[in-house]
Amino acid sequence: MRILIVEDDRDAASYLVKAFKEAGHVADHAADGETGLALAEGGPYDVLVVDRMLPKKDGLTLIGELRRSGRETPVLILSALGQVDDRVKGLRAGGDDYLPKPYSFSELLARVEVLSRRRATGTPETVYRVGDLELDRLSHRVTRAGEEIVLQPREFRLLEYLMKNAGQVVTRTMLLEHVWDYHFDPQTNVIDVHVSRLRSKIDKGFSKALIQTIRGAGYTVRA
Amino acid sequence: MRTLLRTTAFKIIAAYLLMFVLFAGFLIGWLGFATQRLFTDQITETVEAEVRGLAEQYAIGGIRRLVNVIDERGRRPGASLYMVTTFAGQVVAGNIGDLPDGTLTRQGWIETDYRRAEETAAARPHRALAQVYGLPGGFRLLVGRDLEERDRVLDIFGSGFRLSLLVALVLGLLGAYFVTRRVLKRVDAMTETSRRIMAGDLTGRLPVAGTRDELDRLAESVNAMIARIEALMAGMKEVSDNIAHDLKTPLTRLKNRAEEALRNASGDEQHRQALAGIIDESDGLIRTFNALLMIARAEAGNQQDGMASVDLAEIVQGVGELYEPLAEEAGMALVVSAAQVSVKGSRELLGQVVANLVDNALKYGQVEGQGGRIELAVAVDGADAVLTVADGGPGIPQADRERVLERFVRLEASRSRPGSGLGLSLAAAVARLHGGNLSLVDNAPGLKVVLRLPRMLGDAINANGNP
Repeated sequence: MRILIVEDDRDAASYLVKAFKEAGHVADHAADGETGLALAEGGPYDVLVVDRMLPKKDGLTLIGELRRSGRETPVLILSALGQVDDRVKGLRAGGDDYLPKPYSFSELLARVEVLSRRRATGTPETVYRVGDLELDRLSHRVTRAGEEIVLQPREFRLLEYLMKNAGQVVTRTMLLEHVWDYHFDPQTNVIDVHVSRLRSKIDKGFSKALIQTIRGAGYTVRA
Repeated sequence: MRTLLRTTAFKIIAAYLLMFVLFAGFLIGWLGFATQRLFTDQITETVEAEVRGLAEQYAIGGIRRLVNVIDERGRRPGASLYMVTTFAGQVVAGNIGDLPDGTLTRQGWIETDYRRAEETAAARPHRALAQVYGLPGGFRLLVGRDLEERDRVLDIFGSGFRLSLLVALVLGLLGAYFVTRRVLKRVDAMTETSRRIMAGDLTGRLPVAGTRDELDRLAESVNAMIARIEALMAGMKEVSDNIAHDLKTPLTRLKNRAEEALRNASGDEQHRQALAGIIDESDGLIRTFNALLMIARAEAGNQQDGMASVDLAEIVQGVGELYEPLAEEAGMALVVSAAQVSVKGSRELLGQVVANLVDNALKYGQVEGQGGRIELAVAVDGADAVLTVADGGPGIPQADRERVLERFVRLEASRSRPGSGLGLSLAAAVARLHGGNLSLVDNAPGLKVVLRLPRMLGDAINANGNP
């Protein structure tokens, strides 16, 4: 995957370029909004990571101009302005995701990977399959090895989001945002408890655990 | 005196004074005009009656009889005036001594100066209204009436006007002086106090006279404003003190861990552990910092833009559902009962607050090892929506209940349990931002946190575009 990082802080940017490389991706860097826009319009990027406060052209303007020129490249906004109204502003300007600073790289990586994958899939599938686990989004049925598993509505949505991004790391914040629609920090390990409940229903009695904890990052569903 | 002339009160009084004088002038002028009309009508009627009488005498006895009658009437005291002259202008009879030249050649009603027959040429002439007739044989007859009475009445009106003008001016000036002096004194006192406040003494308050007038209302609102600023400033100071204390401690720990790892760690695993500890520590710092920022924003009250109609029941049920498995793990029951009620607010902030409160209840709301019950409820109380989180734990002693709403206050001195001590102060700040308040009451046993918010009334009316 090729990622463009538009960030004026040199240290932060070089850290990101290096970290993305270590995660097996290619990352380019632009230090101001104008260069960023030119590169984004010219280069074949899968995801853009854009800081909001940039010299020459701020992040939101950059995204707006990119969208007006008809480019649908997914954009993740990275910003020190992290309140709900800031996020809303960023997403309305055309961003696809918003991550407030200070962030952890595992969170950023997970989000970027999910963003790039989402574009590739195109039309949404109605049945997700991971190994012998099957989730039918229309009939709301979940089966593993042909046996039906009864889930609570929230457990269903949790599994649905995990399976939609099967193979990708999904962080706790992403789950909180997409399954519960909360943009605040619940302070405690509530998400872990929900996932462990779901896991006990999905993986109990099977030799292979499908829901895996990625230490320091989040969860992933993998066959 | 110059400052006096520049005051608003003085300008207003001057305007009123001018209006009063104009009104008095109009009233007196109109009365004078009407009186003059009345007098003139009476005089013309009298003169015309006199003329009719004289015409009868003339018809009976000719010029000789007319002269006799006039001679006789002219001797009587009164305002009636007569004069008969020959064609050469010689006075034959009458009580008028002197007329301006040419008066007798005019016809009809005339207003003229005259002197009485007994007066000398040096005397001041009088005014008269008269009618002149030509008689056969070149004789001319003038019949008139003195206007002195009318002019005297008009003079009274004139002097009345001048006097009232003078009285109005004097009274107005005196009134303006006293009123502006009184008002000025209060404004001066206010200016003096505000200067002191600007110089940094936020304890100062504008004087309130207790008269409930505009100045009092102004002083009261300004005082309320200063009180709010004072509270904010006190809060700022408290925050910086607290930051100094509560953020420096974890920062120091962070640094110590890193130093220790550099000094002592002998293998990859130990490095890893040290780094993981450092990341945990920074997460805690970031969390505290975010909570502080959120409180600061809520207290600054600048999130009004993002406010919309929010269903409290939905928030409470959502958070309840989020925390339910956690409560179960802790061996506690989380019971949610929510009435449908909307407030104008931020879903995120209110959700964060409810989550914090439930989090607190989970941490502190149970008697050690016995489990417990957390009740999360929303109810309607008059114009308010009341959100309560109640537990059956040890509760908070009465004396500490106010104190725990302050930032960073944690009742366990060891600070060993997780938490920043910001949850309740965030809840209080969010309550204030939404125009409500937060209070802690005894749940006997346990603690009950009561978040009272103004309910959104007339949702249906709003939908129609009416306020």
